Amino acid sequence: MGGGNSAIIDLRKVSKWFAKQSGEPLTVLHNIDLSINSGEIVGLLGRSGCGKSTLLRIAGGLVRPTSGQVVYRGCPLTEPAQGIAIVFQTFALFPWLTVLDNVEAGLDALGLPRQKARERAQEAIDLIGLDGFQSAFPRELSGGMRQRVGFARAIATQPEVLLMDEPFSALDVLTAETLRTDFLDLWEQQQLSTKAVLIVTHSIEEAVLMCDRLLILSSNPGRIAAEIPVLLGRPRSRLDEEFGDIVDEVYAALTARTIASLGAFKRSHEGWAQPLPLAPVNRMNGLIEIVAAPPFGGRARLETLANSLSLAVNDLFPIAEALHILEFAEIKDGALKLTAAGSVFAHGNTDARKKLLREHLLSFVPITAHICRVLHERKGHRAPRMRFEAELEDHLTRREAERTLRAVTAWGRYAELFAYDDRTRMFSAIAKAG
Amino acid sequence: MQHHAEVLGHALHRPNLNWRDLAALALIVAVILAVGAGARQMLEPFAAAQPPEISLAPASLPNYALRTTLRMLLALSASFVFTFTYGTLAAKSRRAEMLLIPLLDVLQSVPVLGYLSFTLVFFVSLAPNRALGAELAAIFGIFTSQAWNMTFSFFQSLRTVPNDLDEASRGFRFSAWQRFWRVQVPFAMPGLIWNTMMSMSGGWFFVVASEAISVGSLNIALPGIGSYVALAIKQQDLTAVGWAILAMTVTIALYDQLLFRPLVAWADKFRYEQTAATVVPRSWLVDLFRHTNSLRAAGESIGAAAHAVASARLSLPSLFRSRGGSTLPPRLIDTAWYGILALAFGGVGFMLVRIGTTGLSSADVLDAVGNGGITLLRVAALIVIATLIWVPLGVAVGLRPRVAEKVQPVMQFLAAFPANLLFPVAVYLIVEFTLSPKIWLSPLMILGTQWYMAFNVIAGATAFPTDFKEAAAAFRIRGWRWWRDVILPGIFPYYVTGAITASGGAWNASIVAEAVSWGPTKLDGSGLGAYIARMTLAGDYARIALGIAVMSVLVVGMNRLVWRPLYAYAERRTRLD
Repeated sequence: MGGGNSAIIDLRKVSKWFAKQSGEPLTVLHNIDLSINSGEIVGLLGRSGCGKSTLLRIAGGLVRPTSGQVVYRGCPLTEPAQGIAIVFQTFALFPWLTVLDNVEAGLDALGLPRQKARERAQEAIDLIGLDGFQSAFPRELSGGMRQRVGFARAIATQPEVLLMDEPFSALDVLTAETLRTDFLDLWEQQQLSTKAVLIVTHSIEEAVLMCDRLLILSSNPGRIAAEIPVLLGRPRSRLDEEFGDIVDEVYAALTARTIASLGAFKRSHEGWAQPLPLAPVNRMNGLIEIVAAPPFGGRARLETLANSLSLAVNDLFPIAEALHILEFAEIKDGALKLTAAGSVFAHGNTDARKKLLREHLLSFVPITAHICRVLHERKGHRAPRMRFEAELEDHLTRREAERTLRAVTAWGRYAELFAYDDRTRMFSAIAKAG
Repeated sequence: MQHHAEVLGHALHRPNLNWRDLAALALIVAVILAVGAGARQMLEPFAAAQPPEISLAPASLPNYALRTTLRMLLALSASFVFTFTYGTLAAKSRRAEMLLIPLLDVLQSVPVLGYLSFTLVFFVSLAPNRALGAELAAIFGIFTSQAWNMTFSFFQSLRTVPNDLDEASRGFRFSAWQRFWRVQVPFAMPGLIWNTMMSMSGGWFFVVASEAISVGSLNIALPGIGSYVALAIKQQDLTAVGWAILAMTVTIALYDQLLFRPLVAWADKFRYEQTAATVVPRSWLVDLFRHTNSLRAAGESIGAAAHAVASARLSLPSLFRSRGGSTLPPRLIDTAWYGILALAFGGVGFMLVRIGTTGLSSADVLDAVGNGGITLLRVAALIVIATLIWVPLGVAVGLRPRVAEKVQPVMQFLAAFPANLLFPVAVYLIVEFTLSPKIWLSPLMILGTQWYMAFNVIAGATAFPTDFKEAAAAFRIRGWRWWRDVILPGIFPYYVTGAITASGGAWNASIVAEAVSWGPTKLDGSGLGAYIARMTLAGDYARIALGIAVMSVLVVGMNRLVWRPLYAYAERRTRLD
C-alpha cells in the first residue's frame, strides 16, 4: 500500500437535500468533509438509509451534491470521470453481454483500439480469476463469479480510485470471504493501479478487516459522527484481541448514534413523525425471548447476538431499535438490556403480550396514539391510509414514511389497537380495543 | 447491440462447406430473390397508373402472398423506426411525455379499419399515381395497427431500466448513443419482440382488409391475398377462397419460421432475469446459422460492424439529454409548454366543431350512438360467451403441461391468422341457410381475437404454482370452491390481459364483420361497424369521422371503466407482498 498522505479525492462541505412538499428541505447528508488519501482503504459505516450509498455516488460523480463540491485531481467533479470506477452491490452486469463483453464495455468510454481493449479486459479477467469464463453469460454464473466480473470490469479501466458499494453484501458468507481475501491480496501485493478505495459496508467485521480508517455516518441528517483509525497490520485475524477491541468500539459508536437520534426525536414536539424501524412482531418476540433466557439472562452484547443468531447487523439493529423505542429493552454501550416490562413480556402468554404491547404502543409510539385518536374522532371510525401517509411525508422521505406506516400497521394489528384493510387501504377502529 | 460469442483461446474451425452451408445458402438466395421480385413489382405502378387486374388462378397466389408479406415487412420497419424515436422522446423528456403518451393512448383506441378511407384519400392525393398512393395507404394502415403497442412497450422499458445498470453505464461514462444501443435497446428487446408478435396478428388482418377497398368512387385492388379474396367474394367462388386460406396459412407459417422464431430465439439473451431459463426458445434457423461455418463468419462480421456503430461515442442533440438541467426556471418553461398545448388543443377542437356543425345534425349523432349501443351489446355478449368457452377449456389444457405444449403454438398461429379470410365461408353458410345476419354475423367479430383469451388463460393455468395445486389437492378442495378460490384468482390477471386484447380486436373487426357481401347478396347486421362500412362505401367523410369518434369514445370508455379497474384489481389481489 505505502504511498504518501496526499488527498486523491476531496469532498468539501458536501450536503444533499430534497425539497419536501411542505416546503421544508429534507436533508440526507449534511456538511460532510472527507478526504481519501493515497494508499488507504476507507470504510463508510452507518445504519441503512443514512445516506452512505448517496455519499459514495457523490464521490463517483453519479449524483450531484446540493451544495459543496467534490475535488478530484484538482478539478471539481461534476460527472463520472476517468480514473474512478465503481463496484455495485447488485453487480450491475449487462445480462445480454458475455463476461468478456461486460468487461470490455467498461472500457468503451476510454476509446481504446479494439485489440488494446481486448488485451486490457483479458488481463483483468486473468487477475481476478475469471479465466475460462469469458464466453459465459452472467446468468450462468454464481453470485460470487458475477461479482468477480464486476471487479474485473472496474479494474480493467485501471482506476486510481475504486468505489465499492457494499460489494459483498449480496453474497453468502463463504463466497464473500473468498472474494474479499482475493481482493486484499491484490491490494497488498500492489498488483492494482488503484491508489485508494472507498467502501460502503454494513458489516462491521468486514470494515475492520479491510479498512485503514472507518467513518461512522449518523442518520437524519447524515453526518460523519465518528472516525476510527484501524492501525492493525495485515493480514488481519478476527481472533486478535485488538481486532475485537476495534469491533467493540465500532459497535458502541454505532449504537451511541442511534440512541442519540432516538432521544432527539422523543424530545422534539414532532415526536409522532419519528421514523420507525420495520421490525416484524415475531422477530421482536423471538429476540426478547432469547435475551431473557440463559446464557444472556436479560443482557446481551449486540455483537454476540449477531454472531450467535447469524444475523447481519442491518437485520439485528431494526429489531433492537424497535424494542428500545417500545421500552422493552435499552441499547447501551453496544449491548441490549431488557427492561422490567421486557422481562414481563418475555414470560407472558400471547394475550398478556398483546396487552403489554398495546400499552407501550400508546405510551411510547406517538403515531399509534395519533391514529387511534383520529379513528375515534371520525364518523364510522375509519380513516384512509393516505391521510397518515401524507402527514408523515411532510417530515420524512417517502420511503421512511412508507416503512414507518408499515411498521405501525403490523404492530397495531398484532396489539389489536386497530384494523387495516389493504383492499380499501382504510384503517378502522376495533370495538373491543382498550 | 451485437454480441460476438467467440471464445478467446479457441482456434476458429476451418471454414469448410458442409450440407448445412448449402441448405443455408440456398435459403438466403431464395429469400433475396423473392424480396427483389416483389419489390420490383411494387415499384412498377410508378409507370402504370392502374394496378394490374387480379386473377383468381391459384398459380398467381404465391406472387400475391409475396406482395402482401412485403407490405407487412415495410410497415414493420416503419414501426421500429417510429418506436425508437417516439418512445425515446417520450421517455427522455417529461414535457414531451405529457403530450405524447396520452396521444398514443388515444391512437391505440381508434379503430384502424375506420380511418382507412381518410388515409387512402390522403395518400392518393399525395402520390404521383393512384396505385402507389393506395400502396402507401395500405402500408401506413398496417403501420398504425402495429406501432402503438410496440412504442408503449419500448417507452415502458426505457422507464424501467434497472437503476444499477443505468448507474453502471453512467459510471463507465457511456455516451447517450452508447447507452441507447448497449443498455436501453437490449433491455427493451424481449418486451418489444413480444409486442411485435402481437402486432403482427393485427397486421395480417389489416393488410387483407386494406388491399381491396372502395371509398365513394375510388376503387382500389392492390395485388395481394386480400384482393384475391375480395374478387372471389364478388364472383362467389368458394374454391378460390379455399386456395387463399391455404396460401395465407403457408405464408404465416413461413413468416413465423423464417422471421419470428429466429428473432425470439435470438432475443432470449436479452432477458433481464439473472436466472437460467427453464425453457430456452429455439429456432432451427438460428441453429443453422450458428452451426454453419460460412454463415457464422458472415454473421460475425455483421456483428462487428453493429458493435462499431453501437460503441461509437456519438453525442445526441440536447433534445435527447436527460431530464432537467436547464438554466431557465422549470416552472416558467412548464407554464409556457402548458400554454402551447392548450392553444393547440383549443384550435383542433374548434376546427372539429366547425366541421361537425356544418355537415351533421343531432339526429346523426343519435344514429351513430344508437348503432354504437348495438355493437357494444354484441362485444359484451361475445366476451361473455368466449369467457364461458375458453376459461374452462383453457384451464383444462393449461393444467396438463404436455397438452399445453402442443396446443400453445396452434393457438398462436390461429391468433395470427387473419379471420377475415374466413368470413366468406361463414357468409356463404348464412346465405345458404338464410340465417339472421343480425345474430349470426356477430361471432365473426371475435373469431380472430378469441384466441388471445384462449392462450392467455392457458398460459395462466400453466404458470399456476405447483404448491397451490398440491395444497388444493391435499385439502381436497374441489368443485365450485376450487374454481372460485383456487384457479380463477390464479389465472385472473392473465384472463384480463387476454380479454382486453379480444375486446379491442372485436371493436375493430366489427367494421368488416357487421356488413358483408357474397356476390350480389349484401348482409347488414346493423351496428356501429356496419355504419362506418356503409359510410365508407358512400364516401361520406363527415359521418365516417362521426362513427370513428363514437367508436373511439366507446373503446376508451370501456378500457377506463371496465378493463383498467379490473386489471388493477387483479394486480393488487394476486400479489403476495
